[in-house]
Amino acid sequence: MLSNLPVLSLTLFMPIIGALIIIFLPKEEIRPIKYIAATSTFISLALSILIYIAYDRSLGGMQFIEHIPWIADLGVSYALGVDGISIPLMLLTNLIGFSAVYASWKVAERIKEFFILLLILISGVMGTFLTTDLFIFFLFYEVVVIPIYLLVIMWGSSKRVSKEYAGMKLTIYLLIGSAFLLTGIIALFIKAYSISGVPSMDIAALAGLEFPVGFQIFTFAFMALGFGTLLSMFPFHAWSPDGYAGAPTAVSMIHAGVLKKIGGYGLIRIGIYILPLGAQYIAPLIAVLAIGNIVYAAMICLSQKDLKYIVGYSSVSHMGYVLIGIAALNLVSLNGAVIMMFAHGVMAALFFAMIGNLYEKSHTRNVDDFGGLAHQMPRLASGFMLAGLASLGLPGLVNFIGEFTIFIGAFKEYRILTIIAVLGIVLTAVYILRTLGDVLFGPRREEWDELQDLQGPELVPLIVLGSVIILGGVYPLDIMSLINSGVEQIVMQVGLTNIQATILTGGSF
Amino acid sequence: MPSLSHYLLLAAVLFGIGVYGVLSRRNVIAVLMSVELMLNAVNINFIAVMKFVPSDRHVGQVFALFVIVVAAAEVAVGLALIIAMYRHKKSVNLNDFNLLKW
Amino acid sequence: MGSKWILEYAWLIAFLPFLAFAIIGLYLHRWPKISAYLSIASIGISSLLALGTAFAVFSTKEGVVYEAAMRWLDMPGLRVDMGMLLDPLAAVMLMVVTVVALLVQIYSLGYMHDEPGLASYYAYQSLFAGSMLGLVLANNFGQLYVFWELVGVCSYFLIGFWFGRNSAKEAAKKAFITNRVGDFAFLLGILFLQLLFGSLNYGSLATALEGYNHPATLLIVALLLFGGSIGKSAQFPLHVWLPDAMEGPTPVSALIHAATMVAAGVYLIARAFFIFSSSSEAMLIIAVVGGFTALFAASIALVLNDIKRILAYSTLSQLGYMIMAMGTGAMSASMFHLMTHAFFKSLLFLAAGSVIHALANEQDIFKMGNLYHKMPVTAGAFIVGALSLSGIPPLSGFWSKDEILAGALGSGHIILYLLGLMVALMTAFYMFRLVFVVFFGSNQAEGNPHESPWIMTAPLAILAGVSVVAGLPGSPLMKYAFGHYINTPAALHVQPGLLTMILSTLFALAGIGLAWAMYQQKLLEPRLLVGKVPKLYKLLINRYYIDEFYAWLVARVVDKSAAWLFWADINIVNRLVNNIAFFTGRSGETLRYTEDGQVQSYALYMLGGIVVILAAALYLSDVI
Repeated sequence: MLSNLPVLSLTLFMPIIGALIIIFLPKEEIRPIKYIAATSTFISLALSILIYIAYDRSLGGMQFIEHIPWIADLGVSYALGVDGISIPLMLLTNLIGFSAVYASWKVAERIKEFFILLLILISGVMGTFLTTDLFIFFLFYEVVVIPIYLLVIMWGSSKRVSKEYAGMKLTIYLLIGSAFLLTGIIALFIKAYSISGVPSMDIAALAGLEFPVGFQIFTFAFMALGFGTLLSMFPFHAWSPDGYAGAPTAVSMIHAGVLKKIGGYGLIRIGIYILPLGAQYIAPLIAVLAIGNIVYAAMICLSQKDLKYIVGYSSVSHMGYVLIGIAALNLVSLNGAVIMMFAHGVMAALFFAMIGNLYEKSHTRNVDDFGGLAHQMPRLASGFMLAGLASLGLPGLVNFIGEFTIFIGAFKEYRILTIIAVLGIVLTAVYILRTLGDVLFGPRREEWDELQDLQGPELVPLIVLGSVIILGGVYPLDIMSLINSGVEQIVMQVGLTNIQATILTGGSF
Repeated sequence: MPSLSHYLLLAAVLFGIGVYGVLSRRNVIAVLMSVELMLNAVNINFIAVMKFVPSDRHVGQVFALFVIVVAAAEVAVGLALIIAMYRHKKSVNLNDFNLLKW
Repeated sequence: MGSKWILEYAWLIAFLPFLAFAIIGLYLHRWPKISAYLSIASIGISSLLALGTAFAVFSTKEGVVYEAAMRWLDMPGLRVDMGMLLDPLAAVMLMVVTVVALLVQIYSLGYMHDEPGLASYYAYQSLFAGSMLGLVLANNFGQLYVFWELVGVCSYFLIGFWFGRNSAKEAAKKAFITNRVGDFAFLLGILFLQLLFGSLNYGSLATALEGYNHPATLLIVALLLFGGSIGKSAQFPLHVWLPDAMEGPTPVSALIHAATMVAAGVYLIARAFFIFSSSSEAMLIIAVVGGFTALFAASIALVLNDIKRILAYSTLSQLGYMIMAMGTGAMSASMFHLMTHAFFKSLLFLAAGSVIHALANEQDIFKMGNLYHKMPVTAGAFIVGALSLSGIPPLSGFWSKDEILAGALGSGHIILYLLGLMVALMTAFYMFRLVFVVFFGSNQAEGNPHESPWIMTAPLAILAGVSVVAGLPGSPLMKYAFGHYINTPAALHVQPGLLTMILSTLFALAGIGLAWAMYQQKLLEPRLLVGKVPKLYKLLINRYYIDEFYAWLVARVVDKSAAWLFWADINIVNRLVNNIAFFTGRSGETLRYTEDGQVQSYALYMLGGIVVILAAALYLSDVI
């Protein structure tokens, strides 16, 4: 049934359709605007859950394929398809998109414009995960940049840095990343054309070609810079804390939750898949930078007082795990990197939703201003606690699966670096527990007595994201088998020698 | 008998004078006249090439006529603009018109 | 064979408390009483199942071993199961954990009766019970680590249960972070195991290890795994969290921080004994760490005034004893002591809780006195516990302690044996210092203390009874049945001789006598003694300044470098980027003066551009 409908297009364009409807509503109609935003994201969410269930794992590969030729001269076609790597990220996008709508329920000014931009943003991010065409991938990536900039400078907040600065910095970094990316894509296209004689932007077709080693190294370096900037790879991470601090809640959620993951997704889907030899050459350098992410950012977290900066730097630190997972280039570590992207997305979104809610009510994000909030706001406290425990990798929550798998995979390739990376779990525990303790626990503070606990729509992000965190952590078998079906195919096709060795010797019981 | 080069040289000189006028004259009307010179230089090129390159279709001549027509229209629009400018600033000196900057 | 079917359902032992936790957390948090009963019911059924399981496991002469598992995390190259390994070792632990947990939860009904957060208290209790039982049942290191962390987080929640207090908040944080330091090593050990042997299952590891001959690697792996034990069982130098953990409600201290969770480190060594015993250097280090902790903690307990902290340091010291025994190879003696200790130490804590409850949260022993007449059941129970801990025959502690001492002697560690005797003396002294001051002392407590309700004294009475008889399975009366079942080929098993028994009993009696002389008869004034060695006293009362050292380390080294790195991030990494932006902006500022607004200048620029392009095109067309 599903295969006859253009399910992916429906999922992808549902938020845009919602935005189009909102455009034609008068801006005073606040409730319909919000309901349409919620409904359209909900439909996308429901469809992506359906796709998650209906995807045939025994078959593997790209499924639900849609293919419409677009620019024949460049070999560009509107091509959609999902596999075990993109489904979790699509699901993640929609989980966070849906929650983000509810997290922005209390946005006060220019409500119509806000939701239009938000919905475009959600579709844009989703498009990068759904497409199998390099050009369309880049196109959707660029679609994302504009709404992000407008959302930050119009609805953001100024603390350590002004929101204009934050928005500008964010946008410039994203564009610098995309400039490197574009160079890489053009180089790939031209080289592929000269090798095969057929213009093509299809990722799988490109991956089928054998590029010379020198070219692979050169192009992968460009890709790594572009995607690395997007993933806030050390030392290109400076946009991340400032950007999140300046952005409104929903944008922080989507940005930390999904947008960053385009970097990791791109590195796997485009970098490793198309340019395996280049990836092998550059990987050790990425691994070293990943350690920079993990330890350096975690240390900085210790000295932060603004909640958003803590989560901002902590997300830089967590991306280090993803990077070292990617850099280790074996099946286990890549599986870990993918689930870690998913897990971190859900966790960071929950964290930002809680912080945003608290900020909305108290107008401060400074840790020292708070204390004993668990007395007044037990639900908010449990949301914070859940996100915090997920962040420090507590087993039973989905983030642990990511960390553990990455460590196991990466330890095979990089002994010392992984040992340093594991140190990250100690540092994370220190800053997370400090923050949680100082905000939630301690004596009751009277000045916050009038704060309302989470209610009604505010509960949606907590329930949706929280249950995913727990479900994924308690029963990881299902989602891991899905991810594995995707990663295994890439790994086998690319034929990295060390990966096949892993499959042969590992897995003994 | 003058060759194609002679014509082209004449056209180039005429065009150069036109460019010089456009860039250096401060009176708007003089600038407009210089533009006409440049157009005519192009016309000379068209016709000269048509004379020396054998062809059964008179494309060059037709194009020259087109240019003359468009130039006439342009003069009409240009003069109208100049009058509007003059009404605005009581001047036709280009130094008084520097709005097109940061 | 009739009772074997129960083994297939043993997973319910861990599952039921988890179920109770989920139900309380999702539906029942508004009804504290129902939550409490549900939690107690679930652990009650679990303990019945555990007894049944133990019965089935011990039904044959050799002990039954049963293993089952379901996949939890599965991909080529990594597999973690949720499984259960039932053997005599697990069966004993299951019994201990379920019985103590059940009694503590019943006791809590009285102790926590007017607590507003009762529902969440029981939710955490259930979560803890489930996690601890999952840890015990685990058949592989992955599962062990999962539940290892989960019991840690339960401990975090329960220490910080009264989160309104700053001290509770800090103690909870400290407990978790200190444990994380140990887990860092533990996790690395697990990574090594997976890397070297490609599996985390105990059985496959044991097989794989047989042919493995690489002592240096084994030493590293064993020490890394032992790091987990150091954290969880609060061995030196990661012991600092356990005394502070006494900020939690007393029943929690009894269950988690005395009887079960802190013993997980010992259990880990017993489970992975095949790894540890294959590296004699590692064993020696383990024995020394354990022995040192035993002595070190006992010395601090001599001078403290807080009733719970004395018990906490006593726990540290006894855990050191067990770890030392593991190190000397006396694995069965260590597990035996773990079992008896779980009973009498939880008894002591619960009795102390009863005292604290009666005195409106007073914890200073010198503000208590003469409670024997006012609280006879509590006092009786406490004295039974204290006698057992001191190792007076025929109570349970006597048998297990003697086996440890005999093990140290039998394996040739004379120094550790003497150290053990010394600790036995000190233990008897500080316990009876406590007993004499609190229950027979002349100080008068404030208010009008009276005996606790039956719901609290009944568990005390049961535990006291168990503490008396729990030593029997390891005594000659039952032909050392305990050591027969809980054994591995690598472990050393020495039955204590008569001389050892008499000697250790004499040391214990000497300790009691000294306490009696100093605190009951006042033959020897403690203050005079302190005056003789003021520096030593200061060192002890400040707990060797180790907490201060860590505080200094965190504030001066970690936080300072964090602040410095942040400065660097803003001023170096960020500034670099901002400078690029600034340079771009400044270039624009400068170049804008070429835009004078004169159309003719613009036209001139265009002309220049055309000329350049033309020239380039002409030149290039020549070249190419």
